[in-house]
Amino acid sequence: MSAVTAPAEGKAERRGSRSSRLVATLTRAPATVVLAIVAILWLVPTIGLLVSSFRTAADNADSGWWTALTAPAQLSLQPYRDLLSDPSMVSAFVNTVLITVPSALLVVAAASLAAYAFAWMRFPGRDVLFLIVVGLLVVPLQVALIPVARLYDVLGLFGTIPAVVLFHVAFGLPFAIFLLRNFFVGLPHELLEAARMDGAGEWRVFTRVVLPLGLPAIASLLIFQFLWVWNDLLVALVFAGGDTQPMTVAIREQLRSFSANIDVIAPAAFLQMAVPLLVFFAFQRYFVQGLLSGSQR
Amino acid sequence: MSEATAPPIRRRKRAWAVGLFLAPSLVLLGAIVVYPIFFSVGRSFFDASGSEFVGVRNYREMFTAPSTLTAIKNNLIWVVFAPSIVTAVGLVFAVLTERVAWSTAFKVAIFMPMAISFLSAGVTWRLIYEEEPDLGLANATVGAVVNVFQPPGAVAGARSSQEDAVAESDEGGLSLRGPVEVGATAMLGLVAIPPESVPEGAVQAAEPAEAADGIAGTVWLDFAPGGGGEPGVIDPEERGLPGVEVEAVADGEVVASTTTGSDGAFVLEGMPPGSYELRLPPANFREPFGGVNWLGATLVTPAIIAAYIWIWAGFAMVVIAAGLAAIPRETLEASRVDGGSEWQVFRRVTVPLLAPVLAVVFVTLVINVLKVFDLVLVIAPGSAQRDANVIALQLWKTAFGIRDFGLGSALAVFLLLLVVPAMAFNIKRFRADQS
Repeated sequence: MSAVTAPAEGKAERRGSRSSRLVATLTRAPATVVLAIVAILWLVPTIGLLVSSFRTAADNADSGWWTALTAPAQLSLQPYRDLLSDPSMVSAFVNTVLITVPSALLVVAAASLAAYAFAWMRFPGRDVLFLIVVGLLVVPLQVALIPVARLYDVLGLFGTIPAVVLFHVAFGLPFAIFLLRNFFVGLPHELLEAARMDGAGEWRVFTRVVLPLGLPAIASLLIFQFLWVWNDLLVALVFAGGDTQPMTVAIREQLRSFSANIDVIAPAAFLQMAVPLLVFFAFQRYFVQGLLSGSQR
Repeated sequence: MSEATAPPIRRRKRAWAVGLFLAPSLVLLGAIVVYPIFFSVGRSFFDASGSEFVGVRNYREMFTAPSTLTAIKNNLIWVVFAPSIVTAVGLVFAVLTERVAWSTAFKVAIFMPMAISFLSAGVTWRLIYEEEPDLGLANATVGAVVNVFQPPGAVAGARSSQEDAVAESDEGGLSLRGPVEVGATAMLGLVAIPPESVPEGAVQAAEPAEAADGIAGTVWLDFAPGGGGEPGVIDPEERGLPGVEVEAVADGEVVASTTTGSDGAFVLEGMPPGSYELRLPPANFREPFGGVNWLGATLVTPAIIAAYIWIWAGFAMVVIAAGLAAIPRETLEASRVDGGSEWQVFRRVTVPLLAPVLAVVFVTLVINVLKVFDLVLVIAPGSAQRDANVIALQLWKTAFGIRDFGLGSALAVFLLLLVVPAMAFNIKRFRADQS
C-alpha cells in the first residue's frame, strides 16, 4: 500500500517518517501550483485597473484591457495628462494630503499621551476608563455621523478640512490608545523608574524615555492611520464640502456614469491607490506588526 | 515610593499631569464618539426634523419599510457568508504558504488589496463585472468557456426570407415545410443578418448543382445591397452563407448532414431514394454569449462579497499565519509521527490549536462586515443599489439624502446594538489577557 493511495484513516503500519516525508513532498507540488494560480488570480484585478488607466476612453469602450497585452500601442499617458490638467482632481489630491497628514499626526500625538497615562501613571478609575476605551474599539462610526453633523453645524465647521480631520482623529483614538498602551506597558520598568529617581517629571519621562522606545509601535500606528484616512470615503462624503473634498469623493462623483467616465475614473482610482501601495511596500513590516498587535493582544 | 507616602503637593501635581496627558483624547472621544451614542439613542425616538416625539415609530418603520428590510436582509447575507469564507480562505492560504519557499511573495500578493481603498477596489471590480464579454474580464472568462461547449451559430439571429415555405422549430431551427425528394434542389434564403456578421469568405451565392443520389441546395443571404431582388431567388450581389449546417431527416432520424461552402451551396450525397425533411438545426442560429449580468438584482450581493473576499483574505491569512507560527513544531511533528495524515493533523491538531486566533479573525470580520458601505456604493450601479442595499448605506441615504435624522438615528442605534456582542467579546478577552 503506497502512501498516495492510503485512505485518510491511517493504519498503524503506515507510521514512520519515510512515508510522511513522501506525503509531504507529494503535497508540496500541488501546493505550489495552487498557490501560483491563486497569486495570479489575486494580482489580475489590480493589473486590469492599471492597464485600463493607460488606455483612452475609446479603447476602453471598444475592447477589454487584456487586448493591450498583445497590442501595447494602445497604451498612452494621455488619460493621466488629462487627469492632472483637471484642476478639481488636482485640488482633490491636495485635499487628501491636507486631511490625511494632520489626522495621522494628531492621532499619534493624542494617543501616545493618553497611552502613557494608562500605562505608567496611577490614578483612580484608570482600569475602568481603559476598559471603556477597549469597548469603544468597535463602535461603528456611522453612529456619530448625525450627531457630529449637527455639532459641526453649530460650530460652523461643516464642510471644512478640520471637521474631517477631527472626526478621523476621534475615531482613530480607541485603536491608537489600545495599541500604544499595550506597547508602552511592555517597556522595561527599570528604565522608567531610574528616570523618575533622577528627578525627571512625567513629561521628561514621556519624551525622553517612552517616546523613543515606543517608536516601532508609533510607526505602525502612523502607517495605519495614514492608510485609513487616505482611503476613507464615508467621512469625507458627509463632512467635506465641494472645495474640500478628497480624491475618494471626487472619484465617486464620476461613478454615476461609469462607462462614459472610465478614462477619468481608472487613472484617478489608480493614482488614489498608488500612494497607499507605496506606503505598504515601503513599510510592510510595520503594517503587519500593527495589524497583529491590534487583533491578537 | 507608594501613593500614601507621597507629599500632598507632589500628589496634586501628579493629578494635574494625569489630566493633561488624558485631556486631548478624552475631550475628542467624549465629543465625537461617546456623546453621539447617547444623542443617537435619544434622537431615534423623534421624527425626521426632531420636533416631535414619536416613540418607537422609527424602529417600527425600520422593520417594515421595504428599503430598510432589504438592507437588513442583505446585511444578514453578508454576515453569514463573508466572514466565514474569508476566515476559511485565510486559513487555507496560511497553511499552504508554509509549504512553499516563496511564501513571502505570495503573502504580499494576497495582502496588497488590504492597503487599497474600498473605492479603488470597487472601481477595479466594477471593471471586472462589465456585462459586455468584450469588456469585462469575468464575462470574457465565462464566455470563453461557454463558447467551447456552445459555439455561436454561423448565422446567429437570422430569419427565413420565404416565410410561407419555411417553418421555425421550437428550438429555433428552420425547416422546409414540404418534403424534399432525392435529386431535387432546395433554396434556403435567409435575412436579418447585418452585413458585418456575414461569415468571412462569403462569395456570390451559386445556384445549386443537382445531384442524382442526393439533395443539393443553397443557403444564402437573400438580400441584395441597394435594394431590388426577389425573395427566394438568388439575385446578383447576393452572397452565399458558408459554414451553415444542413440536415436531411427521415422519421425523426438524421440521415445525412453537411456544411455549406463559401458560395452557400451544399450537397447531401449518397442518400437512399425517397423524400426527406430538410432543416437547418438550431445551433446555426445560436446567439453568441451575451454576458452574465453580475450586477443585476440577483447576483449583485454575491458579486460584491467576492470583491470583499479579495480584499480581506490577506488580513485573515497574515493573522492566522502568525498564529500558526506560534504553534510548536514538535506538536505537529509528533502527531505526524503518530501516523496522522496531513488532513488529520490539520483537522485534529492545527485547527483546534488555532481556534482562538480564528475566533479573533472571525469577530473582527463580522464587525467590519456589519459596517460595509463603500464597496456597495461603488460596485452596485444605480439601478441595482436598491437590491444591494445594506444598513450603513441606507443610513447614509436616509440621513444625508432625504435628511430623515430620526430614522437615520434608529438605523445607527441598530448597527450599534449589533456590535455589542463583539464589544463584550473584546472586553472579556482583554481582561483575560491582563490576569
